[in-house]
Amino acid sequence: MAFRLKLVPETTNIDFFRWASVTFGGSMALVVVAVIVTLLMGLNFGIDFKGGTTIRTESTQAVDVGAYRQAVQPLGLGDVLISQVYDPTFGEDQHVAMLRIQAQEGDEAITPEVIASVEEALKSVDPSITFPSVESVGPKVSGELIWTAILSVLAGTLAIVVYIWLRFEWQFAVGAVVALIHDIALTIGIFAVFQLKFDLSIIAALLTILGYSINDTVVVFDRLRENLIKYKTRPLRDLCNLSANETLSRTVMTSGTTLLALIALLIFGGDVIRGFVFAMTWGVLVGTYSSIYVAKNVVLALGVKRDWTKQDDGPAGTQFAAGK
Amino acid sequence: MLHIPLWKRIVIWGLCALGLLTALPNAFYTRAERHNDAVVAAERAGFEAPEQAADRALWPDWLPSSVVNLGLDLRGGAHLLAEVQVADVYKARMDALWPEMRRALAEARGEIGGIRRAPSDPSELRIQIEKPEAMAKAVEIANGLASPVVTLTGVGQNDIEATAEGNQLIVRLSEAERAATDDRTLKQSLEIIRRRVDEVGTREPTIQRQGQDRILIQVPGIGSATELKELIGTTAQLTFHPVVGRGTDGSAIAKPGTVIVPSIDEDEAGVFYTLDEVPVVTGEDLVDARPDFDQNGRPAVSFRFNPTGARKFGDYTAANIGQLFAIVLDNEVISAPRIQSHIPGGSGIITGNFTVESSTNLAVLLRAGALPAKMTFLEERTIGPELGQDSIDAGRIAAIIGLVGVVFFMIASYGLFGVFATAALGTNIAMLFGILSTIGATLTLPGIAGIVLTIGMAVDANVLVFERIREEMKTAKGPARAIELGYEKAMSAIIDANITTFITALILFFLGSGPVKGFAVTLVVGLVTSVFTAIFVTRLLVVTWFDRKRPKTITV
Repeated sequence: MAFRLKLVPETTNIDFFRWASVTFGGSMALVVVAVIVTLLMGLNFGIDFKGGTTIRTESTQAVDVGAYRQAVQPLGLGDVLISQVYDPTFGEDQHVAMLRIQAQEGDEAITPEVIASVEEALKSVDPSITFPSVESVGPKVSGELIWTAILSVLAGTLAIVVYIWLRFEWQFAVGAVVALIHDIALTIGIFAVFQLKFDLSIIAALLTILGYSINDTVVVFDRLRENLIKYKTRPLRDLCNLSANETLSRTVMTSGTTLLALIALLIFGGDVIRGFVFAMTWGVLVGTYSSIYVAKNVVLALGVKRDWTKQDDGPAGTQFAAGK
Repeated sequence: MLHIPLWKRIVIWGLCALGLLTALPNAFYTRAERHNDAVVAAERAGFEAPEQAADRALWPDWLPSSVVNLGLDLRGGAHLLAEVQVADVYKARMDALWPEMRRALAEARGEIGGIRRAPSDPSELRIQIEKPEAMAKAVEIANGLASPVVTLTGVGQNDIEATAEGNQLIVRLSEAERAATDDRTLKQSLEIIRRRVDEVGTREPTIQRQGQDRILIQVPGIGSATELKELIGTTAQLTFHPVVGRGTDGSAIAKPGTVIVPSIDEDEAGVFYTLDEVPVVTGEDLVDARPDFDQNGRPAVSFRFNPTGARKFGDYTAANIGQLFAIVLDNEVISAPRIQSHIPGGSGIITGNFTVESSTNLAVLLRAGALPAKMTFLEERTIGPELGQDSIDAGRIAAIIGLVGVVFFMIASYGLFGVFATAALGTNIAMLFGILSTIGATLTLPGIAGIVLTIGMAVDANVLVFERIREEMKTAKGPARAIELGYEKAMSAIIDANITTFITALILFFLGSGPVKGFAVTLVVGLVTSVFTAIFVTRLLVVTWFDRKRPKTITV
């Protein structure tokens, strides 16, 4: 037999429920912690959601945050966040900083004068400075963007749950939604803990995580559905384990390749999309975990209807070519 | 058994070839793009200049030449979200209605007594009536001036509504008329913005209506959002007014029927003109405007009126020789020359403190017409071209590294089947680019992440199948049967898993904006191509190989 890289042995027989109090209980506790932390610390909203202006500066001279701050101070713009950006992809004499200016009181729209005055002030500190990107979002739009964001995540979750419900049983849908809430809560939580910038692209990442995580969960569910038909009398707990073991190799393989691609992007993809890619990488990790340790537990706890007399029993449309 | 009909094979290979062919121009991005630009430029000009012919020769005409559009975040450029102040138009409508209303009510003076316009919200007309007991008559007269609205939804409604409040008659635009007016204002604004942006001739600007009263403008390659705003932001309302007086006090109260307007002429800093409120001619009567030079060789703008405008202009200049005549642009006096002689023919020249650039801009603005309402900018983003290039480079490196890693991983895990999956992955990426180019989708930075993610996830369907074949091999029904069962049984998982991702991508597309939308498009197209390649291409490769070798046993 030819050499094969085996991340997972040919046959596994892991009891995924053995440490349920730790694996499932622990992750539920983490979800609660994540929600509390998010509520207490708040998210570091980017201008998409809070309004304001970000200016990216680039210079051949080293960034002097103190001098920048002093230059901008007299303009009286309220809170100005200045941070230097480091990235392995930057060249030798490429020094980048980000300025974030809060939305100015009482302004519905953006005032170009403010941006011009800031650029002027920075130029006086460092004549070689350039501004590769300047972005402003007015408070009116940012307020709407928050709602669109919340709405899209809710709509995404709902649509998935309805789909799972139609294709499987309602217990599976509940299991899926718990897993999804777990993934979203932990992702938002880590953004709160590290106060990473939370903007529109993170919402895109969240929705992608939804799609990815459910992908994993569906594969396990699909196998469980098949096994439920195949072994009519074995206890549900055994079947859950059997299904997870049978698909474990695939789960690890797919997560592995996806993570590989994402990590490459995380390291080499540049700082502009790092937040987005980080959310996605983290989401793939927790998503994989939740499909193994969270979704099934809920299905097990709720129980599943077992009196299938024929394989294509049940309401019309709930079965899809389950081994013809 | 493992039989795929010939027609199916041809279709699959055909689609793959088509994918590769349409993706090809992206591999030679600059050449294909210069070719496309040259073709467009030649088409616009109606003839082909030598340099365009040279550019066109960079890419063969018989090959597909569409390339993926690069989004603003990759190419650099400016993004603006503007809100059109639709209520501005209500005011203009009310102001225009007032003289007509005054005349109509004056005819019934005996019954309703004297009338006068009361201060009010700009979107309505309030008229004080001397004899409130005759209010019903006044309302009747006002309603008599209404005309029916012609829209699909507003059938049976009139354009204005008159109501009474105490001794005041209030006239407003009806709901239906407001909706119709808003729609018209937006369409007009869109058209004018499009014309102005097109005048500077940048590549593929996006100018779209968003929601009720917003316009999204994305122009790649422009230096900054400020530059873009200068191009489209001014209303360019050109009017010609008789000058009543000239002074230096801007805060003086204007007499009824006149307005005080500042001069923007540098030589006349601090000078204010008192003008007759009603213009003699407006920019609406202009048919042409172009950059020009005055007799001293200074930049100026020459213009020409249509016959109506020309007559008004001619009559006025004939009757007012020796008087000052103010040329007003957006409530600022550009210049106020003395009328030297009767100007027939309806053409003239605007002089002022122009540079060649500003006279060109003004000509563009005048030619495109005035924006019907003011715009405020809710969102603006400028991305420099270098930043975009950096992102492309970084994304490319990451994609290659990711790709190499995944390929290594797949071949190490599945041997020959891994090679098949790799071939399918290559086809997948080519098809992804091919489709994106063909549908004219825009690739954004998150879109690159979407492609990288697709690389990672594209193998998923293959993995599902291969793992399944491995399992089926255990029950030892022979390799052919195992392969067949592997595909058959993995199908429901593949379909379910991809449909759920598809749902989220769809939501991203409809609710997301800008770069997020680009990501959604990439994700959806990536899903389609990866399912196609996994189900059809890999299978075809496996089956073809199996038919040739007929192995007794297979190792997946």
